[in-house]
Amino acid sequence: MIIPHPLLGPRDAQEFVYLGDASLMNRPDGMTAGIEAFHDWLYQRDNPAGIHRELWYHEQGDRSWLVVTRNTLTHEILGAELARDVARAMGRTK
Amino acid sequence: MTQTHRLAGGQIDRSRTLRFSFDGLPYLGHPGDTLASALLANGVRLMGRSFKYHRPRGPLSAGSEEPNALVELRGGARREPNTRATVVELFDGLEAASQNRWPSLRLDALAINDRLSSFFAAGFYYKTFMWPAAFWEKVYEPLIRHAAGLGSLSGAEDPDSYDKGFRHCDLLVIGAGPAGLMAALTAGRAGARVILADEDFRMGGRLNAETFAVGGMAGADWAAAAVAELGALPNVRLMTRTTVFGAFDDGIFGALERVSDHLPEPLPGRPRQTLWRIYARRAILAAGATERPIAFENNDRPGIMLAGSLRAYANRWGVAAGSRVAIFTNNADGLRSAIDLQAAGVEVAAVIDARPDAPPDAPPLPGIRHLRGAEVIDSAGRLGLRAVTLRHANGRTEVLRVDALGVSGGWNPNVNITSHHGSRPVWDPAIAAFVPGAGGPRGLVAAGAAAGALSTHGALAGGQAAALAVLGDLGLGARAEALPEAEDAPVSIVPKWHVGDGRGRAWIDQQNDVTVKDVVLAHQENFTSAEHLKRYTTLGMATDQGKTGNVIGLAVMAELTGRTIAETGTTVYRPPYTPVALGALAGRSRGPEFKPVRRTPSHVWAAEQGAVFVEVGMWLRTQWVPRPGETHWRESVDREVLATRRSVGICDVTTLGKIDIQGTDAGAFLDRIYCNTFSTLPIGKCRYGLMLREDGMVFDDGTTARMGEHEFVMTTTTANAVTVFRHLEYCRQVLWPEMDVQIISTTEAWAQFSVAGPNARRLLARIVDQDISDAAFPYMAAGEVTIGGLRARLFRISFSGEEGYEIAVPARYGDALIRRLMAEGRDFDAVVYGTEALGVMRVEKGHVAGNEINGQSSALNMGLGRMVSRKKDAIGVVLSQREGMVDPGGYRLVGVRPVDPAGRLVAGSHLLEQGAAAVIANDLGWLTSKVFSPHLGSDIALAYLRGGEGRIGQRLRAVNLLARPATETLVEITSPHFLDPEGERLRG
Repeated sequence: MIIPHPLLGPRDAQEFVYLGDASLMNRPDGMTAGIEAFHDWLYQRDNPAGIHRELWYHEQGDRSWLVVTRNTLTHEILGAELARDVARAMGRTK
Repeated sequence: MTQTHRLAGGQIDRSRTLRFSFDGLPYLGHPGDTLASALLANGVRLMGRSFKYHRPRGPLSAGSEEPNALVELRGGARREPNTRATVVELFDGLEAASQNRWPSLRLDALAINDRLSSFFAAGFYYKTFMWPAAFWEKVYEPLIRHAAGLGSLSGAEDPDSYDKGFRHCDLLVIGAGPAGLMAALTAGRAGARVILADEDFRMGGRLNAETFAVGGMAGADWAAAAVAELGALPNVRLMTRTTVFGAFDDGIFGALERVSDHLPEPLPGRPRQTLWRIYARRAILAAGATERPIAFENNDRPGIMLAGSLRAYANRWGVAAGSRVAIFTNNADGLRSAIDLQAAGVEVAAVIDARPDAPPDAPPLPGIRHLRGAEVIDSAGRLGLRAVTLRHANGRTEVLRVDALGVSGGWNPNVNITSHHGSRPVWDPAIAAFVPGAGGPRGLVAAGAAAGALSTHGALAGGQAAALAVLGDLGLGARAEALPEAEDAPVSIVPKWHVGDGRGRAWIDQQNDVTVKDVVLAHQENFTSAEHLKRYTTLGMATDQGKTGNVIGLAVMAELTGRTIAETGTTVYRPPYTPVALGALAGRSRGPEFKPVRRTPSHVWAAEQGAVFVEVGMWLRTQWVPRPGETHWRESVDREVLATRRSVGICDVTTLGKIDIQGTDAGAFLDRIYCNTFSTLPIGKCRYGLMLREDGMVFDDGTTARMGEHEFVMTTTTANAVTVFRHLEYCRQVLWPEMDVQIISTTEAWAQFSVAGPNARRLLARIVDQDISDAAFPYMAAGEVTIGGLRARLFRISFSGEEGYEIAVPARYGDALIRRLMAEGRDFDAVVYGTEALGVMRVEKGHVAGNEINGQSSALNMGLGRMVSRKKDAIGVVLSQREGMVDPGGYRLVGVRPVDPAGRLVAGSHLLEQGAAAVIANDLGWLTSKVFSPHLGSDIALAYLRGGEGRIGQRLRAVNLLARPATETLVEITSPHFLDPEGERLRG
């Protein structure tokens, strides 16, 4: 697979490390959320046959974490964004 | 032997003669021959034995689809089993041997299996090797393993090298027959970057095997001219002997180039094979078509082959596979074989044409009996064909004495690569074959015979049209030039899959010995779907992947179930198209080059001392350093431990991960990374930190020092240096991008040595420029120092339990530092200690390491539960409080000593109450790490023990069930801190 890195252009998937479902970005606040919330966040994930947003790390590259949108049926990659930008857009700013 | 069966003509170089041997006998051939064509030229047609029944077999085909003629090639370490004689390019001195026979090919003891065939029908394994269960491992498995497989490996290391490479192109053309050549010409002339790959050593595909003309010249000559033109184009790369074996994501294709397989051994510096990864913007599959046989009783004798292969041997290699031949066909193409063979001077006894009314457009067959509506029903000849029995349209039977029979059941487009991404081929009744379905690999189109266009004109036109479409896509202008003139005969076929009622043995998959009868049995037992049929009968599961047999098997099943072939469907092809050697997939990654080696800064010095090294991940670390007279590793390790505890020992700890962390939020960031608190750490101090995973289990540990208000230096374990760094990047980019924190790995930048023992400070004081007295540099101090003006970092930390320091200098000074430390240390009898002594001292001190941080253990398990701070949000803290993880009766880290100091402990032993049976219900825990403590004079161990804290002082049994017979030792449970539990030594 080839991943269109938002900064570096097309890069071979072998340069990346795969983590999984990008819903991991929605980490609950450890000071307010309880065990149930953390458990659901960590373990209850969808495994769609189709469009999936997932986290990839460009370990053999610029160390960017990316959110890659991929069709799990065809391996077609529909887009890739810097995870930092996605997280900030979700409100993770100072 | 002489080449008794050699005809005139063909694309072989008769000016040179090549000597080769088969089963020890010498033969002659010519450049351009394959092993199969040369053997046939010498009158040899018995080339192998079948897998299950050990039936005598000769080549069925003249190409890579070959199921039968599998031989062992070369001798010694280069011996290679299961090579297809039909694609092995002949070279001078080639040695080949038949396989799956004993004692000889002509007289094979296991041919008895053929007589017992009624016991070996489909599902034989599943039904026979069921009971008794005790026989599975002891009897059945060795039996099956002995009988399984065809050839045998040399067992010696492969002396050749294999390479990998990357290539890029606008258009990859797979196959250099008429369609592929026309596509490559069209795209190449338009300036596109083209790669044309063909598995054969001579490009041209079927044109090399046919007599008809292209563009007014012989087809083979047209192909040669096209190849010459392409070879002169700078934007076209020709790859012969290169099989494109798979389509992968995003236009990436796998290709295997047999760089040196046609030579006795590779030329110096050249690989045997190269595995190419070809990045293609577009690809055209012009892989042609493969002929399929018709199944009839005893249709597997040497001399019975595909009709198109029979004429390929005559036309391309000048070889008559027999002196009197017949053709059995259900389509017009079979007739071409009869015409070509007759023209080559071979006597054609009859054309047995299964079509009741062979169409009038069939080519005339002057002087040949054309038996319309007839079929072959049996054959005779023990080691090779002597005669066939045919049944005329009127029911009369006749025995025809022939020594070769060409069979044509029609042609299957080679759709394989189009279905590598899951697309299913679709049935085309017009040609009675599967053609590529929709939704194949993006950017790939099939053209020519691979797309179902089975005439030469169809191939040329298809190749051109596909290339023009690609050029249009890529924005490269091109115009359709006039195509060379070529035959455009329609496909005239009446499907015929097998003859008879299925009671006799009519072979479908010759390599795996699957007959029509086996398909009937599968149907009876309700294994009727294409996928079940394959797995129950092993149809199509051999090295040829059913290239000649699959469709017949499906057709027979369709008949039996009353469905159409389209309804029955087919299995989906997967890579590789033809087998790829594991050596090629491994490439250079073997032996010491399997992975990179990382050497520590003291490696050269340690090697000079005769150190024994151990692999730790990619690192080579000093394991121990034997001194003269030491004959056992324990002597060296015990000495290193005692010398360190008595005076001073030095250990290279560069391999520990080192991460610089800076930014105004660095302290707050570490509070979230570690379960304990770091923001309160004073500048110039370090602290032991415990990192959890989000599931609450311990991830890693290490000491982290605060070098400045916004600057920390973290250390990780050697094993997790990479994963911790990845985790930190994840946390700062994905979870908390609002934090101002920057990180960089400095593991390779600093050479770091542990200096430990009562004289550690005195030794370091000799080389460090600053005051490092206990008052100036107390326990857990950290800071920048200098060594003769050289920048260095000093940390007062200890893993050994002794007063200890770690001193770091820029990596290039590491060698100088170890030499300086050892020179200054002479007065203190300083030793270097390796990873074994390090392990002994950390177990004596009760520190956890990889055996305890096993991914299934929490801080509480390790006795570190109080480190988990609930006052802040940190990774893993919430889920570490789950019910099961805070069980007071759960595992706790304890120490274990044998009651008798001479008693032996074995790591992994399980702890049990005295008198309790050694069963899982009574299991209390296990020994994680065991060492011999020279300090205590006995084995000691760390263990996870249920309710461990409450059991200190108890006596339990440590049982090792892996020993035969099981061993056990009476042990006493202790604190994990065997040495100096108050830590007085640390503080000096």
